[in-house]
Amino acid sequence: MTGVLHHPGYADEKLQRVEQLIPCRELQAGMLVSLMGQLPHAAVSCVECVSAALLYERVLTSFFGRSAASFLPRSPSLSEFVRLYRHQRSQSPAEQTRYIVMEKAELLRDADANLLPALLRLQELVDDNITVILLSEIVWEKFRPNTGCFEPLLLHFPDYSKGELQQILSTDSHPSYSAELYSSYINILLGVFYSVCRDLRELRHLAALNFNKFCEPLTEGKVKETETHKLWRNIEPHLKKAMQTVYIREVSSLQWEQMQQTEDEGGALRGLSAHTHVELPYYSKFLLIAAYLASYNPARTDKRFFVKHHGKIRKTNFLKKNEKTSNHLLGPKPFALDRLLAIFYSVVDSRVAPTASIFSQISSLVTLQLLTQISHTDQLDAPKYKCSISLDFISAVSRTVNFDIVKYLYDFL
Amino acid sequence: TCVHSFFQGCFVFKPSSKKRKTRSLGETCVNPKSKNITWIYVLLEVLQEELNKKILDSLLDFAKKCSTTRQHCDWASKMRANEIPTAALVLGVNVPDHDMTFQSLFDLLKHSVTPHVVSVQAKECGVLKHLLKRVLEGLMDVAVDDDDEEEMEQNPRSVHCSLSTLSDWYTAKTKVTATPGKKRNVQDEDEHHHHHQTPPVVIIFKDLEGFNPRVLQDFISICSRYIDRLPLMFIFGIATSPSTVQHMLPHSVSSLLCIELFQSLSCTQHLATVIDKLILTAQFPFKLNGKVMQVLISIFLYHDFSVRNFIKGLQLALLEHFHSQPLSILCCKKKEALLNVTLLSGRDLETVRQLPSFIRFVEKQEAGEQVKLMTDDDHLKEACQKLIKDLRKYHKSYYPVLRCLHTLTSLLPRYPLGKQIRELHLICLEKNVWENEDYQSAMKLLKMLAKDELITSLRKCSEILSSAKSKKMKKAFTELDELLAKFKHLDGKLEKINDIPSLTLCYKKIERLSPCRCHLPPPESQTLYEVCYYSSSATVRRHLNATPRTSIQTALSSPCFYLQNESLKNEDGTVSNSAPDICIAYKLHLECGRLINLYDWLEAYATVVSAAEGQDPDCDTFGKVDDVKHARFIRSVSELEFLGFIKSTRQKTDHVARLTWGGC
Repeated sequence: MTGVLHHPGYADEKLQRVEQLIPCRELQAGMLVSLMGQLPHAAVSCVECVSAALLYERVLTSFFGRSAASFLPRSPSLSEFVRLYRHQRSQSPAEQTRYIVMEKAELLRDADANLLPALLRLQELVDDNITVILLSEIVWEKFRPNTGCFEPLLLHFPDYSKGELQQILSTDSHPSYSAELYSSYINILLGVFYSVCRDLRELRHLAALNFNKFCEPLTEGKVKETETHKLWRNIEPHLKKAMQTVYIREVSSLQWEQMQQTEDEGGALRGLSAHTHVELPYYSKFLLIAAYLASYNPARTDKRFFVKHHGKIRKTNFLKKNEKTSNHLLGPKPFALDRLLAIFYSVVDSRVAPTASIFSQISSLVTLQLLTQISHTDQLDAPKYKCSISLDFISAVSRTVNFDIVKYLYDFL
Repeated sequence: TCVHSFFQGCFVFKPSSKKRKTRSLGETCVNPKSKNITWIYVLLEVLQEELNKKILDSLLDFAKKCSTTRQHCDWASKMRANEIPTAALVLGVNVPDHDMTFQSLFDLLKHSVTPHVVSVQAKECGVLKHLLKRVLEGLMDVAVDDDDEEEMEQNPRSVHCSLSTLSDWYTAKTKVTATPGKKRNVQDEDEHHHHHQTPPVVIIFKDLEGFNPRVLQDFISICSRYIDRLPLMFIFGIATSPSTVQHMLPHSVSSLLCIELFQSLSCTQHLATVIDKLILTAQFPFKLNGKVMQVLISIFLYHDFSVRNFIKGLQLALLEHFHSQPLSILCCKKKEALLNVTLLSGRDLETVRQLPSFIRFVEKQEAGEQVKLMTDDDHLKEACQKLIKDLRKYHKSYYPVLRCLHTLTSLLPRYPLGKQIRELHLICLEKNVWENEDYQSAMKLLKMLAKDELITSLRKCSEILSSAKSKKMKKAFTELDELLAKFKHLDGKLEKINDIPSLTLCYKKIERLSPCRCHLPPPESQTLYEVCYYSSSATVRRHLNATPRTSIQTALSSPCFYLQNESLKNEDGTVSNSAPDICIAYKLHLECGRLINLYDWLEAYATVVSAAEGQDPDCDTFGKVDDVKHARFIRSVSELEFLGFIKSTRQKTDHVARLTWGGC
């Protein structure tokens, strides 16, 4: 395995250590090493840099020490950063190339418009031997600013192959079991999960969670380490179950472990999405129903649904061809408060006084994110809302108050 | 805090009530009230704690467990170490109630798990920077440098707003506390100390739904980068359902968390506990009548699901009762009540004589006794003492019997007398329960109940009765026990012809129930019930369930209702000419159609105002518009526009559109 990475600037031993840390990336690492030399660098995560100032500070601190960063003014601009960098550089000139490594570089697109082009030309701007490395999960084409920027060198890291995954995961072997056993366990695991998941981190997580179960027959003394087929028969159904629950985080890893200890109570533990029921006060339910109707019915059909003696509305006129069935596909439409209340008073079965608490219920539905306020909160006059719940949810709610919502929906007429 | 303010309010008004009564009773009359109020206050605090105890305890356990498993060095926990332990705490939709829960959670965590706790609210954290700032400020107790606030002077203590600052601070903090532990160098305590050296950092998100999903996602992914240095732990406060977490966080982020679910009791269960402890007990002398109870419960069920508001309503009723009913001085513990009866003044006794329930009582007495009661004060006082004792006895038997009846009827199909005990209580408060149709059908169903079910519920009844203290209840308890014994006896003897004995026994059972009925008449039938029962449901409704629209309309159409100025009153109830300008403008606009011509309106207004000024109708200037009238008119029109009754329209420039319907 050795011998891929060679560089005059590094001791072989050191390179080998790196190689162990990043298995299966020898080729790419080798290329990077051959391109670069000894590395004074600044590693920056773009998620963390909520402001450009933080980014500048990180870079200056890691190259020139804390004192350098303290010269930065409050809310520094790019040019101030460049000026400060040039000043520092003249005091401590670079012996080797300096590197800035930016993780999650795609977030730079949301930063100030001049930041990304400036980073690409940083060498020119600060007049120093400096290189910027952008790490990202999306292609460069989606980055490219409109005008005047240098094209970076692109280096593609391909996905790990199944064999490589196997090799990497096997390195985590449990201290009290043999490496071969763990390797065969990983083999079984990949057999189940490789088709749905290739995320190394996730696979490692799953491997850790299910290993105890895998070893159960061994600790009980029923099976020997070499009888892989028996072990496979034991673990396979278990892994399939894990795929439906832990993998999609229906239950947390802690709960999964407890579940294994208490020995399968037939799915007694319900996942997060099993709890969708929301208890609401009586009038809130009707407000929600009214909001749903207002969001999914065209306003002109209100007369047909809610006025008792609406007279004759011609069927051809009422049912417009393309409008029908499309409301649910198009999603909720905004409606005004007046319309919501009008529908509310006609669907609720008793006489309700327009009390303050009816209005406060509307705003609490907004805080619960069951309704969304479209207009700005400052606008007191005729606020507009949208209903942001699903048909299933509203059907469940209307069932509890004996309201047949489907009868009132234009799409289902 | 709301509870506090309520009681402050009560003590603020205390002196005035003292003044009002000192002429009749002196100091003693105030004491029972404040005692009563302090007592309910203490009770409520205990109750609040009890309600949340279970869920808070399990959360604390979770926090402790998380901080200890982090110390473990076995293979499995090492592999899982990069997950952030997270508690999803589902608290129900009554968001205002949550504050108290979070406050006690915060205090408990600080007290027993870790000094590093911070709680954040969505409205303070619109963007990631603000969230970070809040977290840092809450934990480190320093000013955090926030680039865009220019007015904030350069604070030498201020730090950069990033999680690495927090991580450095944490490392420094734990190192400092670690040194004394090392000095002691005691081996037994080693692990104990180790645990304390790295207390978890707990971040409580009070209202998860309110957070911007983007902000939350970024924050979590930043946190997970520091998890090896900074033992973080999250608590999500969720109002709707746990699936919200999945809606807000994509898989890549939720896989960074290890979420455990904590579901609090539903709010209806909370309400049931509150009713059980505060209302269905003979301990506490203050009572609500059926209508007030109904108002409070319907506000809860129909409007807010808020236990806190229910308790507030109860407190309001309590204060109103002591404020408005002079005889409420008798509404206290037995000894004090009897003492207070002897201190009643002549005026108070006159009030007693006018109580409807007392009049009914007097009518039932013999002629001689009637005269004595109406004239002899001392005799009346004696009678009152006896009546107060009777009222207490009534309460002592009412509640146990109510509970028994509920245990028997709550297992009947379709719950003829209600599923919850509060429903049965409301029925009993309303009228004689045994005259109720549902009661008859419940009794019929009870006769058809399977024997073993009947026996188990009867056992429960006997348990309830065994804890009751009054003599009557004790007697009933022994009788019930005998009955149960008979059941057992028959059970052994007549196994073969199973149907007949169980039927006959049921009949016996029903006979047993009938004496129970005499304990459940509505409180209105009791003499002097006015002393303990608060009955003004309209007041409670007006205070707790305000109707802003109706209030505005009342103010505009009959200003005397609020202004209490006799000159504004007209005999026929219409608005007088001398009413405030806006009322006149409002009245005139009611006579118009959808569009109102402003000039016509102004003319009509000028006529009314001129009449009010007492101008001679035949005079030339009568009804003429001058500058002052014009200005007053414009002002009232714009006020009406502000209140939302009219708005300008583009259809006709000199017209305004009416926004309300219905006239005069």
